[in-house]
Amino acid sequence: MTNAELIAQDPGWIIALKGVIIFAVCVVLTIMAVWGERRIVARMQMRLGPNRVGKFGLLQGLVDGVKLALKEDLIPKAADRIVFVIAPIISVTACFMSFAVIPLSGEVNFFGHKTAMQLTDLPVGVLYVLAIASVGVYGIVLAGWSSGSTYPLLGGLRSSAQVISYEVAMGLSLVAVFIYSGSMSTSEIVEAQNQWWYAVILFPSFVIYAISMVGETNRAPFDLAEAEGELVGGFHTEYSSLKFALFFLAEYVNIIAVSALATTLFLGGYHALPGLGFTEQWLGGWFTVVWFFAKVLLFFFIFVWLRGTLPRLRYDQFMQFGWKVLIPVSLAWILVVSTLRVMSQQGSSRFAIMSFTFAVVLIYFIVTTFMEKSKKQLQEAAIVKDSAAPNFPVPEIPNSKDRAEQLNG
Amino acid sequence: MINLALEVGTTQTPESVLFWFLAPISVLAAAGMLFVKKAVHSALLLAWVMISLAIFYIAQDALFLGIVQIVVYTGAVMMLFLFILMLVGVESSDSLVENIRGLRWIAITASIGIGGLLTSLIGRATLGHDAYGLAGANRDGNVKGLAEQLFTKYVWAFEVVSALLITAALGAMVLAHSQRTKSKFAQRDLSIARFRKPSLGEAAGLPGSGVYALHNAVDVPALLPTGKAAPTSISAVLEARGDMIESKKFEMKHEQEEEK
Repeated sequence: MTNAELIAQDPGWIIALKGVIIFAVCVVLTIMAVWGERRIVARMQMRLGPNRVGKFGLLQGLVDGVKLALKEDLIPKAADRIVFVIAPIISVTACFMSFAVIPLSGEVNFFGHKTAMQLTDLPVGVLYVLAIASVGVYGIVLAGWSSGSTYPLLGGLRSSAQVISYEVAMGLSLVAVFIYSGSMSTSEIVEAQNQWWYAVILFPSFVIYAISMVGETNRAPFDLAEAEGELVGGFHTEYSSLKFALFFLAEYVNIIAVSALATTLFLGGYHALPGLGFTEQWLGGWFTVVWFFAKVLLFFFIFVWLRGTLPRLRYDQFMQFGWKVLIPVSLAWILVVSTLRVMSQQGSSRFAIMSFTFAVVLIYFIVTTFMEKSKKQLQEAAIVKDSAAPNFPVPEIPNSKDRAEQLNG
Repeated sequence: MINLALEVGTTQTPESVLFWFLAPISVLAAAGMLFVKKAVHSALLLAWVMISLAIFYIAQDALFLGIVQIVVYTGAVMMLFLFILMLVGVESSDSLVENIRGLRWIAITASIGIGGLLTSLIGRATLGHDAYGLAGANRDGNVKGLAEQLFTKYVWAFEVVSALLITAALGAMVLAHSQRTKSKFAQRDLSIARFRKPSLGEAAGLPGSGVYALHNAVDVPALLPTGKAAPTSISAVLEARGDMIESKKFEMKHEQEEEK
């Protein structure tokens, strides 16, 4: 039975229980993610990270949460009170909602009922996640506006522009998946990856999605909305106590949500690694949950890795990358994918398909060669030919006869 | 209309509960949109109306339409709207002066015209026709049914609308585009400009509070290696406001004494 049929039979109490479980899992994951991120980043920076509260500092996230809850809750005088309170609520509600369509497991035995760990299965499940994500941005934008202060406003503006631009690239990267699986439902996409993960056959889409999901969640190196060096805290500068905790929660649940979507769409969802299919039957099917979260946590680790490695982009570079690289590339890729798909569905000869692929590869090489050439020309133009000393004092260059040689490296 | 829906057999209790719960709220929000003072509140209420419309669509089995309504209208259009409102200045209230003469009458005529058009179109589509039924329309799933209609029967209208939208987008870009009269200063240009100055004193940037400084407040000057104060390390704004502390006070004492 497919997931959709299994879920359709659920009685009300199972649906309610699943909702509670998903909520609890998200909150616990967030608390552990805060600890995990701090430990991993610390390790990358040759530090220890939090290791005092509980074994290995495991309770650090919990303690942080309690600390936040006990802080004084301030609302600035210049703030728009209603919107100021609503904003974090919108943010946190939206990020939990996107989990409703993510299939966490295959067929399992749930208190005597045969069901799948998925709250609901919509035929447009992936679009639903995109829709919810776009509602979630309201939280950030409204927080920025309602704080009645400049830095939050700038942070809010940045983040709205950022999320809208990267959502376009993200949506386009999903089109290839829809074309190949012939469906927009999350569970059917997982089933369609029985043989090959889409991360393999649709590799460019996967890369584009992976980049834009970092942009969409406002995480380093794309965390321009809360760039500490430029905007204090960005949109949440004026927030304190539980309201700030809600934004914090929303950020981490969002990371887990986009990772879960990436797992579902590109890494075969709850299915085991190729060759380990027999493990899916372990624990009466519950072992699929382990596979699912292993993949999600892999993505989370990459998020932390990026944060520990890359410096923040400049805003114009970031926007240029989104609009001038990601979107055109994904459009071209969709053209190629849909042509191939139509060809194979219409039963074109193998020769036609091969020659089309060959032509695409050829065009790719020609374009990249030209780009390399123009790059080289620019580099050549930048070379300093004037070897005469300038008319202002410069420090003496040691061990060198020629100034131009030294300047050009 | 309710009878019609019952005949086809789709209005069940949960749907009517949802309707009676959401409909008053969305009507209130729609009315509130006209009466609230701040433009951002108005935009928020409009966003809420759009979301509740989307929920109605979903409740009536038009799943795709509902989700797309949220993605396109709430997510993109309203967000851009908010964006502009924030940039323009949120506190500014609408002016009630007519900029273009007779605009009010044109607007009234146009809205009556559009209202009439919509009424007649919807009337022609529904009155005197038997309901086709959701079971028939969504036979192969809501998305496939819609796609089939859009790309077979209504493909011409679909293409015309998309051409119209693309034209509008291009038009907006052309109108908003302006040519730069002078080149933009990038980091490189600024760096070159610093070196072209008569003095090279500022070529490496203005001094920050250095290792010799005794104090790191913004209104206290940095100290140069000689122990002298560097007045350029203080923002010109503070200087103009008179919020600056006398630089001399922070200079290194022993240096001065040695000079004497």
